[in-house]
Order: sequence, then C-alpha cells, then structure tokens
Amino acid sequence: MRTVLIRLGSSLLVLWGAITVAFAVLQLTPGSTIDAILGTAPVTPEARAQIVSDLKLDRPVPEQYADFLGRIARGDFGHSYQLHDSVTGAVGRELGSSIQLSLVGVGLAFAVSIVVALLTAHRRRSVRSLSSGLELIGVSIPAFWAAILLLTIFSFKLGWFPAAGADGASSLVLPAVAVAVPLMAIFTQVLREGLELALDEPFVATARARGASDAFVRVRHALRHALLPLVTLVGWLFGMTFGSLVVVETVFSRPGMGQLILHAVEGKDLPVVLGVVVLTSVVFVTVNILQDLAYLIIDPRLRGAR
Amino acid sequence: MTAVALAPPRRRRALRPGVWGASLFVGLVVVAAVVPGLLTSGNPGAADAVSALQGPGADHLLGTDANGRDLLTRIVYGARPSLLAGLGATGLAVLVGSALGLVAGLGGRFADETTMRLVEVLQSLPTLLLALLVFTIAGPGTLNSIFAIALYLMPSYARLVRVQSKLIGRSGYVEAATSLGLGRIAIVVRHVLPNAFVPLLVLATIEVGLTIVAASSLSFLGFGPKPPAPEWGAMLSAGRDYFAVAWWVAVFPGLAISLTVLSITVVGRHLQRRLEGRPS
Amino acid sequence: MSLIELSGLEVSFGDVAAVRGVSLTIEPGEAVAIVGESGSGKSVTARALLGLTGDGARVTAKTLRIDGRDALAFGEKQWREVRGTRIGYVLQDALVSLDPLRPIGKEIAEPLLLHRVVPRSESGDKVLELLVKVGVPEPGARAAQYPHELSGGLRQRALIASAIACDPDLLIADEPTTALDVTVQAQILRLLAERKAAGTALLLISHDLAVVAEVADRVLVMRDGIVVEQGPTGTVLAEPAHEYTRTLLAAVPRAENRAERPPVEGPVVIEARDLVKTFKGRTAVDGVSFELRAGETLGLVGESGSGKTTAARLVLGLTEPDTGRVEIDGRPWDGLSRTERRELRRHIQVVYQDPLGSFDPRFTVRRVLDEALAAGGEPRTSRRARAGELLELVGLDPALLERRPRHLSGGQRQRVAIARALAPKPRVLVCDEPVSALDVSVQAQVLELLARLQLELGVAYLFISHHLGVIHQVSDRVAVMKDGRIVETGDVREVFASPRADYTRELLAAVPRLPEPRLREEIAS
Repeated sequence: MRTVLIRLGSSLLVLWGAITVAFAVLQLTPGSTIDAILGTAPVTPEARAQIVSDLKLDRPVPEQYADFLGRIARGDFGHSYQLHDSVTGAVGRELGSSIQLSLVGVGLAFAVSIVVALLTAHRRRSVRSLSSGLELIGVSIPAFWAAILLLTIFSFKLGWFPAAGADGASSLVLPAVAVAVPLMAIFTQVLREGLELALDEPFVATARARGASDAFVRVRHALRHALLPLVTLVGWLFGMTFGSLVVVETVFSRPGMGQLILHAVEGKDLPVVLGVVVLTSVVFVTVNILQDLAYLIIDPRLRGAR
Repeated sequence: MTAVALAPPRRRRALRPGVWGASLFVGLVVVAAVVPGLLTSGNPGAADAVSALQGPGADHLLGTDANGRDLLTRIVYGARPSLLAGLGATGLAVLVGSALGLVAGLGGRFADETTMRLVEVLQSLPTLLLALLVFTIAGPGTLNSIFAIALYLMPSYARLVRVQSKLIGRSGYVEAATSLGLGRIAIVVRHVLPNAFVPLLVLATIEVGLTIVAASSLSFLGFGPKPPAPEWGAMLSAGRDYFAVAWWVAVFPGLAISLTVLSITVVGRHLQRRLEGRPS
Repeated sequence: MSLIELSGLEVSFGDVAAVRGVSLTIEPGEAVAIVGESGSGKSVTARALLGLTGDGARVTAKTLRIDGRDALAFGEKQWREVRGTRIGYVLQDALVSLDPLRPIGKEIAEPLLLHRVVPRSESGDKVLELLVKVGVPEPGARAAQYPHELSGGLRQRALIASAIACDPDLLIADEPTTALDVTVQAQILRLLAERKAAGTALLLISHDLAVVAEVADRVLVMRDGIVVEQGPTGTVLAEPAHEYTRTLLAAVPRAENRAERPPVEGPVVIEARDLVKTFKGRTAVDGVSFELRAGETLGLVGESGSGKTTAARLVLGLTEPDTGRVEIDGRPWDGLSRTERRELRRHIQVVYQDPLGSFDPRFTVRRVLDEALAAGGEPRTSRRARAGELLELVGLDPALLERRPRHLSGGQRQRVAIARALAPKPRVLVCDEPVSALDVSVQAQVLELLARLQLELGVAYLFISHHLGVIHQVSDRVAVMKDGRIVETGDVREVFASPRADYTRELLAAVPRLPEPRLREEIAS
C-alpha cells in the first residue's frame, strides 16, 4: 500500500514538473506573455485586454503560476486564438486518428517481432545473422525515410495504396508500416536476446528433460521471461512512437497530433504547444503505471517486494 | 559445474568483414565532414536549371535535384552537419548526464532524489516535443537542435552512471579496497569512475548513430540548417514534391543517413563486445 | 535386461572432448553414482542419457540402449517420449531449475499433461499426491506458491516431485544437494533413498564422494572425460585402486587432515563483545561475543542465514553494530577518526568466497598487489619486488603478475586474493567461505597453504564456513552459530567429539560420512 502511494506521488511530481516546464516556456519566450499566447492571431485591443485580465497576466509571476496550475487542475488546458477553439477541443479532433495509427503500428511491430524472435532465437548461425542484419538495418532507417521509401515505391510506382489522407484501412497500411519498422527492429533484438538468455537457464533444461518440445519450451517458458526486458522499453517506446507519428503524418499528409503540433510550432500557437506538453506527460505517467502493472503480472517475484 | 557443459566454448574469430566495411565507411564519412573537397570537386550550392532532376548517370553519378544541383556533391558536404550534430549532442549529453549521475549515485539521498525527479520530468517528454519546445523559445537552427537532442539523451546517461556507480560502490573490489584502508576519494577515482565509464562510452558510441537519425528528422521537419545548406534530412524535405518523378532524390540522401548510422552502430557494437570480453 | 546400457560414449564441443569413451550400465532399481570434479564430463554423460547434450555437442556411442531400445536411432520425438516417463531428471539448485515465473504446482503438472498421464481435470489432485510423496507439508497451499517463496529444501522436493511425476524407471540427480544446508541435504538424501527403496533406479552425479556414499550401490570416478575407476561403493572407498581416487579421498576435508598445531598462547587480537545487528526488523546477529588470539584459528560454523557473514562484516568494521563493540589489538572501531580507522583496517584483512568479484576487472595481478602494498605503507621502489615475493609465498609463479585475474583458475585466484590480503602485513585474516567454490583437490591445496602461512607468519584466522569437515580440519577453537547466536563454543576437538548443544549434535549427525579411511599410510608410503 505504501509503495503504491509513493508510486502515485512520484507520478504526480513528474506531472507537476512537466506543467512547470510548460509555464517556464511561456515565461521564457521572447516578448510579452500575451504576445506569446496570441501568436499571429489577429485580436482587437479590447479582446486583448480582456484576455490579459482573464489569465491574470497583469499579476506577479507567482500568482500567474498558481492560476496556471489551478486552470490545468480544472481541466482547462487553454485556448488557441488562432484555431478559435479550446486546446482540448483541437486535440480531441486530432487525437483519434493518431491513436489509431500508433496502435496499429505498435501492434504490428509487436506481433512481427514475437514471431521472428521465437523463430530465430538460438538457431543456426546463418538464420541469426540474417535476422540480426535486418534488425541493424531497421534500426538505422529513420522513420521519415522509411515513410518516404514506402510512399515512393507502393504509392507512386506501384499505386497500391493512396499517397495521402486518412480514408479507410488502405490509407493506414503504409503509415503503420513506417511507424513499425524501427520499433520492430528493436523489439526483435530485445526479445531474441531475452529468449536466448532464458533458453540457457537450467529451468529450460529441466522442462526439456520432462519431455517438452522445443516449441513448447519457447512459448510456455522462455517467452514470458523475454517479455520482461521489453516492458522496460515502454517509456522509450512512447517517445519513439510520438516522434514517428509526427514525421510519418507529415510525409503522408495525414491529419493527426503531428500536424497539429507542427503547425502550432510554426505558427507560434503557444497554447496548443503547451497543452500538448501537459497532455503528453499525463499519458506518459499513465503508461508508466501500466508498465508497473505489467511487471507485476509477468513476474511474481516482484509482487512480494512491492 | 553443470553450466560449463551446456555452453560450448567459443573461439575468437578474426575481425568480420562487416566490421571492416563499417569502419571504412565511418572513416569515409569523417573525411567528408572534415575535408569534403577531397571526395568531390563540385560546389554543393551550384544550381543549374538545365540539368534539373537528371537521373543517375555519367555526368551526375547520383543524379541532380530540382535545382539541378549535383546530389553526390551535396551528400558529401552534408556529412559535416550530421556528424557535428551526432557528436555534439552525444558529447554534451555524456558530460552533463554523467555529472548528474555521479551526484545522484554517490551523493546523499536528497541529491539522489532531486536529480532523479528532474531526470524523470525530462524523460516524460518525447524527444521531438522537447526539441519543439526548445525551438519555440529559442527558434530553429543547428545549434538549438543539438541542444534539444542533448537534453533528451542526457537522462539515460545520468541513469546509467548513477546505477553503475551504485553497483560498483557495492562491489567486492570496492569493499576489498575499503578493507585495505583506502580513502573514499581514492576509491572513487581509482575504481568507481573508470569502471562506470566503460559502459557509458560504449552506449555513447552506439547512440551517436541514433542522434544522427534524430537530428536529420528535425531537419526534415524544417528545424535544422536553412534550406540551401546541404543537410541530409533537409535534402529529403526539399525533394518531397519530386519523389513521384525522381526516385533518386528520395533514395540517396536517406541512404547516406542509414549507412552512416548502420556503420557507426556496427563499430560501436564491436567495441562493446571487445570491452565486455565477449566473443564478437 | 539392463535399464541403461551405454558403451563408448564420446561427446565433444568444438575441438574440446568432454567425454572420451565412457561405458555405463544401470540395472533396474540400482543406485549408481558418478563422482568427479568440474570439467570431468560427469554431467555431460548424464545428459547424453536423455539426448540433451545441447546444440553445439557432437555425440557418438557404440551402444546406447534404454530399456532394450536402441536410443542411438532415436529421433527428437522418441527422445521426448523417454524424457520424463522412463527417465526423470533433477538439477542442482531448484531456485533456477524451476521456472521462477510459474507456481510449482504447474511445474509439477507439466510432465503429467505433456505425456497425457492424467486428464487435465485430475492433474491438480495428482500434484497434491506427488507433493505428499516427496514430504512437502500443506501441499495445497504450496502448489500455488512460486519457487522464490519456498525454502531451499522445499524447492528441491518440488523439483524431485516434477521429475518423478510420471513414475520413471530411472531418476537422474545432478548435484541434487550442492546448494543446500547440511541438515537439508541429509533430508533430500533420505528422500532419494526412499525412491530407491520404492524400486526407482538412481543415477547420482556429484563432486562429493561422501554425499553419494550413503545412497549409491556402485560408484564411477571420472576425470577429464574418462572413467578412471568403478566398482561397488564400499570397495572403491575402502580400497581405491586408482591414484586419482586416492587423491580425491585424501583431499576431503576432515579432522584426520589436521596438521600438527602448536598450542596458542599469543595476545588477544580481536575481542568482540555482545554484538547485535538488525536489518529491517530481522535480527542477523544477536549478542555474539568471542575473542581471537595471535596465531590462532577460530572457526565460525553455521548454516545459511545463521549470521556468520554479518558477524564477519562487523569484525571488519564494514558494518556498524547496533550495540556491542569490536576491538582490534585493543582499539575499538567506534570512537576512531576516519584516518585512524583507515590506519587500523590494514591490520585485519579478508578473503572472500568469490575472489573474482573482489578484483577490479581492469586490474592485472600486479596492480592488485601494488594497491595492497601501497596501502600497507610499502615504498614505491620496493613494491615491484615485493609483489613477486608475495606470489611466491602463496605458491604462484611471479610470471602471473601481468595476467588479469579473470584469466586465472579458481585456485589461482584464491591464492592471489590471499597474497593481496597478506600484503599489508595484517595481524588477522578473516576467511569467509574461502574454499567453498573450489574443487575438492584444489580446496585441499588452499587449506594447506593457509595452514603453512599461519605457521610462518603467525597471523590469526577468523575462519567462516558452512562445512564442518573444513572447520574441523583448520580450527583451534570453534563457535557454532544458529539464528544469530553462538550456541556452542570451545576447543574444536572437544566440541566435535562431545557436542553439548542439541543443534551441534543435529549438525554433526547430518554430515555425510565416508567410511574410516585406511589410506593415509598408503599415500604417505
């Protein structure tokens, strides 16, 4: 119980840290804060004065900070004067498409890498060399280049898939593959290394001595051990997927979070940028708690310790 | 006793051809970055509207871009910003990260907690978002990209050094040195630091490659060097409208990135195996 | 018909021949033991009987018959039918030999389901039955527990239960008691003997002759992949024909190997008074007092968790006691300034069970010794020469100075560790299980070295071991520890001959014994 509280406390601390970073960015941006918030949006002087007093921008910095924290605690992530919409509204419209893309991409990477790792772990040298060679290449291909290559080959040359947009399943294939390529490479490496370590353990020898087949030993005993190091990668996976989303959505001109944040940065729409920062850290903290849960589900040895 | 029988003893093999090729390519990239004139006589900025979007051929080995500039020349000149970003960001991250890690690992509980919370906040933001924040405050540019990527890489070094210094602090050889009556500082200097830095350097070598990927992604999104400057990511970004008609514009700059990253990773892993005493 | 008929077994890994021409037969219901040191090929031989030598191995044999069937012609499928049903297999250290992520009930049920011995619905009852059979109390609750939640003895029983689940004709046990305390070891050996009485044939693999002596009908002694001697257990132990068997027998630590020890009348160098140390509510050391005189060896013996290692760390000043004090040469650890403590440290040095972990991986032997000599105040100019002398003192070639410890053998490493400990000319050496990880012949050499060094240098030993034979051989006085307390202390010969504490009696009764050797004179001649 105590450890759960500590865990929650440190999650809140991270959240608070990220919000503070967002506030600091607002203060550090050159020019006055109100200009930073309005960006390039055309606003009448009266409206401008109204916003200044609404957001308490005429008050001392600590008071602004307290107000900033208070608004986020109430779920108010700010208003984009360029989009004429609340940040939550703008994000809400784009989020679905991005979540769809990342789930399909990550799922694809996960499925492929489990199969490949199970098939190649502790196999003949030639098989392993081929697989690890492909993994090395996979890691070395930036997601945006993978997207460009897929686009050039399968849309422009072969015309199999649409080159842009987000209509239906066929428009999801290439972006999802582009997101999956670098992930697949890392997943397979980590899984195979984990499998090979586990397959060398005495409990695997014991299972074989009971008459278990090779496939049985791999799936029923070794795989679970190999998943543990993969869970450790969850934080990395989150950042990686976010980055891939932005570039892949750009290449395929797909609506989504990537387009939203890029346009916000280019158009100096600070409320959107900061809203995304805070939302991202909320997601990150949630993902971390899920990660802890996954550890507990997979490894009973950790249950007593927590 | 029993495990010995399980693992067949392996012999050391000679350096594999892959490692040779990779080292050679890394050397080539370094030469291109330092003295690009050695590898090409062309001018990366020389535009020639007549020969725009020519395919690979005798005149232009890798073809030309939409402005008729020679792709090979631009790729050779593009090595410098990529390598600078890779080395610069990694170097900066290693320096700051290991300093923080040492403070956390060897300092008291308070120092440890504070540093680690800071590191966690940084880690909670994806690389790209962190970079975009930096650009929002300080504007786009090569230096700011390097700074942004370093900011992202730094936490992993801080964590590594922290864990290493804690592990080593509890190791048998540090205890042996304590039993000999060695002082705290002597033990840190003689045993903890050198042993903690071995895995750090290995990680850093491999991450130079990944840093190059990150930097080129930022350039691709338009936050790197300004357009006419030859940079691999920026070249891909500028060529976006021509991929349908000129595949070489899409392929070669990306190939330059991937081959560089691949070679650095291969060399890095080879070093890793050597340092860890594993067979390669 | 013999259960196992094996002849001319050859196994090699790459160019390394692990087994070179081994023949072995096992009759139904018979208990056979293979004894040898590490690298002798004993485990590989056992695995060959299951077709489990691993991927890199090349295996050939003239004949291998299991229950009359020609196993040389077996494909993977036929092997799988044999494994678990005809032959059960138990590895050492059940903590890693049972899947740590699964409850033991599932592990025990696995062979039953794999071979469809019972339908899935009845496997639970069968598991409980098996747990009862191997003497696990509260089988219902235990079956749901994970290996890490059980004691070493219960884990080993669970592992045996999974090996005998399909009622195999032969049970192979590879070092089944090595990781266990001596009292638990005795229980597991009794359990194996029960299986034999129930008609199961046994193949025991061990480095320890004494362990197998009680159970095995026949013994094979292996070295370097060859069976050097075999015969009925009694004959091999009483009248060993091969010189290697004699060496092995002579190397077993016990009282008879004691060198003549002069009576000790030196001044007190360590005085420990009422030491108490608690970790997170668990009392590791609970009121321990003892003293150690110059030139004397005090043996600290106890099972795992008895607090002997914590006691050693308190004496070394590496851990602070909650209450009580330790005085080295009359100076207590507490109340000293940091500089004075460091000065005091070189008077009391330590040798660990795992010497490799105690060397900086980047250091050569020379740098290891150089650091220790510098700590002892040796001037830079003479350190080079002294490092060579130290190696000679511990019986190593000074040519090893430029090697790294990880490239040395286990025995050589332990000698380097001893050389390092002696470098600052300490008054006391704390030896924490210094020979536990070594093969028995190497063990004998290291113990002999320690005894010689004590006579030459007059250094006192605080000698910690779980092995009663070792303690009996090296100590002047002994302190028996249990649950953080010293339950009995006194002259080692008196304590071992007529123990007063119940626990000491229990320990001594659990030690597997070799028949009285008649071979000391033979070797001497």
